[in-house]
Amino acid sequence: MSTNSSSSLILQEKFRTYLGLGMAVAGILILLAIPSLISPYYVYLLATIFTTALLATSLNLVLGYGGLLHLHHAVFYGIGAYTVAIIMTKTSWPFAIAVVLGPLVAALIALVIGWFCVRLRGLYFGMLTLALGQLVWAIVYRWNALTNGDNGIHSIPVPEFLTSVNSVYYTTLLVLIVSLVILYLIIKSPFGLTLIATRDNPMRSESLGINVKRHRLTAFVIAGFFAGVAGVLFILVERSVAPSLLFWNKSAEILIMCLMGGLTVFMGPTLGAAILVVLSMIVGLYTEYWLLVLGLLLLILVLFLPQGILGYLLKSRNNKKPSMRGEN
Amino acid sequence: MLQVERLKKAFDGFQAITDANLLVPNGEVVAVIGPNGAGKSTLFNLITGHLKADSGHIGFKSEEITNLAPHKICHKGLSRSFQLINIFSTLTVLENVQIAVIAKHNFDRKLFRPAKKLLVEETLAVLESFGLIEFKDQSCSSLSYGDQKVLEIAIALGSKPKLLLLDEPTAGMSPDETRRIVNLIKKLSQEEGLSILLTEHDMDLVFDVAQKIMVLHQGCTIAQGLPEDIRNDKSVQSAYLGEAG
Repeated sequence: MSTNSSSSLILQEKFRTYLGLGMAVAGILILLAIPSLISPYYVYLLATIFTTALLATSLNLVLGYGGLLHLHHAVFYGIGAYTVAIIMTKTSWPFAIAVVLGPLVAALIALVIGWFCVRLRGLYFGMLTLALGQLVWAIVYRWNALTNGDNGIHSIPVPEFLTSVNSVYYTTLLVLIVSLVILYLIIKSPFGLTLIATRDNPMRSESLGINVKRHRLTAFVIAGFFAGVAGVLFILVERSVAPSLLFWNKSAEILIMCLMGGLTVFMGPTLGAAILVVLSMIVGLYTEYWLLVLGLLLLILVLFLPQGILGYLLKSRNNKKPSMRGEN
Repeated sequence: MLQVERLKKAFDGFQAITDANLLVPNGEVVAVIGPNGAGKSTLFNLITGHLKADSGHIGFKSEEITNLAPHKICHKGLSRSFQLINIFSTLTVLENVQIAVIAKHNFDRKLFRPAKKLLVEETLAVLESFGLIEFKDQSCSSLSYGDQKVLEIAIALGSKPKLLLLDEPTAGMSPDETRRIVNLIKKLSQEEGLSILLTEHDMDLVFDVAQKIMVLHQGCTIAQGLPEDIRNDKSVQSAYLGEAG
């Protein structure tokens, strides 16, 4: 390769990086200006999208990059939310403690559940996440004294400055951006590259001195932590929580978001979350059979867009296999 | 460097390895030969920890490594290549070897630094010595079969092993590609003083590169020694060479 062509390649790459950065900055500026332009209902809807986008992206660390069939990620979302709800309604601890403990408790439960699951592979891994997750759901559902059972917990007090729709919007936006940056850095780190290697070829990874189980467990706990962060955001947006938040169909929804956007593209799950949240709102206006629509969507996705929407777009742009490492 | 003594392994009642014994002296190239189904791959998988032995003992640098987990055995300085191509299909050629180098340095759990520039010099040095440097930014699945097979060995070298295990390194290769591998093995052994243990069906290659040969027949070591002794050994001839010729 001549120096000329390699330097022009570097220039091209730099140009693409700046273009990407420019688009990101423009996007953020638009998002900052939006609340003054649209009605509060849509501001609320966007905050819901931000929360769900973080949840889906956290799942994709394990699902897309780790290649693990994680079937019950909503559990950690629910635990993050319930931790805040219980602390704010049953104790006199300050809000800041609740916000910090939400993700930490979620990560701790992820450590316990993950410790069992990483011992299994493929579908068996998935079935165990589902079984243990439903166990957590059953506890939340039945433990009336702590969780209020089926009724859930409502009118959760939050600090005064977080009560307006706009402040919730900006908080969720900020937390989403910070979390996405951290998750992106993780995927680009040696840990992330090794995680992709364990997905591509676990046996070979082992032979190179990588502790595959421990690596997967770490990814599982990080994903659980960020699902917990999303759970805290959920409390800010809704100010209430119910056991359905950690029922298995919620997990299926997140899984479909990842599939829809594209497992191999970093922003895929965010796009999937946006589409599904908006769609469920629209469908909700006409029918209560949202799950039926979801099932049909899944069918269409699997048959016609197996690499997801962003994955498909990038593939047709590059006219080659999209990068599996989410640098786009 | 490596000692295997009285190793046994059965699968569901089938005795795959009945009595395997092996000695790999420091800095030598040792070949394990035997007919198909003799247990060569099983022996390799036992040594690298991918299978658990029923009894017997495996020592590496006077340390017991029997039934340790594969990643622990690798960190002790024992790395292997596989018979079938076994690479990281979505990564580039560079990243394939970089993974090994990162794991060798115990950087695989570092969360907040970019992997892109990490240990690249060391990785490039490995690619350079294997003649793969021109492909470094290509996806490894775009390489030819022969180059993938070379990459397969390069990945194992990325862990900077003391002992390299090669499971049929030239299986399915053209004569030209085979020669490339032979030269590579000689270079690694002579210039870098690496100890190498390999299995191979190509007898010309075995007698060309190996300083010692061990013959495995129905899971049992029937002979071990210098190539000329093995060539003249009566039990080997009846069990293997006679049958093959």
